[in-house]
Amino acid sequence: MTAAVAKSTAHSIVESSSRAKAVAGSLVILYAMITILPLVWIVATAFKSQSDAIAYPPKVLFQPTLEGYVNLFTVRTRQTPDFIAKLPPPQTWYDKLVRQHDMVIAGPSKVVPRFVNSLIIGFGSTFLAVFLGTLAAYAFSRFRIPLADDLLFFILSTRMMPPVAVAIPIYLMYRQLNLTDTRLGMILLYTAVNVSLAVWLLKGFIDEIPREYEEAALVDGYTRLQALRKVVLPQAVTGIAATAIFCLIFSWNEYAFAVLLTSGEAQTMPPFIPFIIGEGGQDWPAVAAATTLFVVPIVLFTVLLRKHLLRGITFGAVRK
Amino acid sequence: MAQIRVENLRKSFDQFTAVEGSNFTIDDGTFFAMLGPSGCGKTTTLRMIAGLELPTEGKILLDGKDVTFDRASARDIAFVFQLFALYPHMNVAGNIGFPLKCQGMGRREIRQRVEETARLLRIEHLLSSKTSKLSGGDRQRVALGRAMVRRPKAFLMDEPLGALDAEFRHLMCGELRDLHDRIGATTIYVTHDQLEAMSMADQIAVMNKGRVEQISSPQEIYDRPASMFVADFIGSPPMNFLRFEGGLHCGDRAISFHDTDIIVPEIREDRASAPLVLGVRPEHIRFTDAAPVRGEVFGAEYLGTTQIVTVDTAHGRVAARLPSAMPVRVGETVGLEFHSERLALFDAGSGLAIRTANGGGVRHG
Repeated sequence: MTAAVAKSTAHSIVESSSRAKAVAGSLVILYAMITILPLVWIVATAFKSQSDAIAYPPKVLFQPTLEGYVNLFTVRTRQTPDFIAKLPPPQTWYDKLVRQHDMVIAGPSKVVPRFVNSLIIGFGSTFLAVFLGTLAAYAFSRFRIPLADDLLFFILSTRMMPPVAVAIPIYLMYRQLNLTDTRLGMILLYTAVNVSLAVWLLKGFIDEIPREYEEAALVDGYTRLQALRKVVLPQAVTGIAATAIFCLIFSWNEYAFAVLLTSGEAQTMPPFIPFIIGEGGQDWPAVAAATTLFVVPIVLFTVLLRKHLLRGITFGAVRK
Repeated sequence: MAQIRVENLRKSFDQFTAVEGSNFTIDDGTFFAMLGPSGCGKTTTLRMIAGLELPTEGKILLDGKDVTFDRASARDIAFVFQLFALYPHMNVAGNIGFPLKCQGMGRREIRQRVEETARLLRIEHLLSSKTSKLSGGDRQRVALGRAMVRRPKAFLMDEPLGALDAEFRHLMCGELRDLHDRIGATTIYVTHDQLEAMSMADQIAVMNKGRVEQISSPQEIYDRPASMFVADFIGSPPMNFLRFEGGLHCGDRAISFHDTDIIVPEIREDRASAPLVLGVRPEHIRFTDAAPVRGEVFGAEYLGTTQIVTVDTAHGRVAARLPSAMPVRVGETVGLEFHSERLALFDAGSGLAIRTANGGGVRHG
């Protein structure tokens, strides 16, 4: 360690010693465990029975069951054992599972439409924010725009307060415009919040792409828009992917506005998940199942774009 | 192939004027170099001709047709950038074929034209390579290929060799000129390197502070500079300037330089007494004991076949190019004899050349 430290203060790039590597490695593993453990616990809880979920001391080994998922996707009613005995035998495995607890399935729960809402609103607003952000960032980067610096500051200033600070005006405005509890309203709202981030992030990325590329394309016969699409965008793909992930994470996780502005039609997952607790006792496995489902798309999206994300975050840090 | 004409071209950015009233005509098939220090407006002029920048005033004519405000893509001109600007998401063939794809040409014909161009540039073996794997010279060839493949009316090149190392630059100079001779396209070549311009161009425009100082052949520019700026910018070491005061009369064969007579090419204009400058190229100086202009040797710089000897005189430091075999001692007093027919005279105020039998007084642009 001491040797490595001494060498690195001399501003040389040194292969670190194996002991330093081991220490660094174990720190990374420790940190990973701290962050991953809650997730693992949630995924595990989703497969526990209700009594296992609240057992003390906590159960690490348990009999897995799909009760949590069944409860998440269905609405059930409690019946007397006599009534259940008179019913025809259960048709499916989940019917059977539910009847063990003296209940019958009354119909599907609202989790699927809520999840679909989250997908539409999350990806819709991300797409819009990145689309508008790319165009605006390109314009700011390439054209002489009067008061460009002031405009950029103005765009950034929308980020200088917590969005919830404007919750009441937005609520009143949305009521006037009949946008409350609509998917369109939520998409517009999240786009408005995200577009400032998108413009600033993407402007940095586009500034890094030499103008000669599109100028070459302009001379070779492309229009400005064609040059943007065929020459600039393929090179900005890293920045666009990174920006899209940040935008999606925000609109996917957003809770305050979702609670305030949606109640039925356009309700997203974050305000829906707490509702599950209330239905038929504290159903932690169902909550955990919902949370697991909720995390999956963002994990997939991030894993798909992770190559770009890493390069995106460190982009411009080192001059090529 | 085309003739390019520029009339009263001016470009200003807010307060700063990049190009001031340029006028010139580039004939069909000419290799035309625009030479000047950085910030002299040469690149801006080129970009206006390409259509990447709109002029504040003036006209650009391509084969007599006014294209001043036409879109870059409508001008049928190819541009080669200093950074090559090869598209990193395409391979070599994709890059060369790109302009044809823009025009909507069929795949098979593109392939054929790309191969033809690659053969001309001797890069057939690289067609499927990634551009990021290429050496500087090969990137340069691909950039040229992309420019040539469309068979445009003219080539505009913005310091295309600037990113190459010195040795390779020399090689590419030869290749570029050779290529020009084979396809004979009108070429405008922007550079700050006088050697590139001198070795390749048919015509050179020397620019300074947004103005064209002189447009002539390389020989003319070197032998008969139109201004002190041109005389100073071209040549290494540059022309020596010896200041004196005096009047001139048409037909004079000598000037009175600090009370000694110096024979110069016949003067072709009258001048009232004013501060003047005698311009002497280093290679037009000989050491002679009898010469009236005297000085003390300050140092010598050995260059192989020649040496540059600097001499401190009463009128300033003078550099002379002498055979390297000639023995020179630092501190010795020498007399400087000038090659009379090759001397130039300038007006110290305006910096312009005075008309003599050797030229001068003609200002272009």
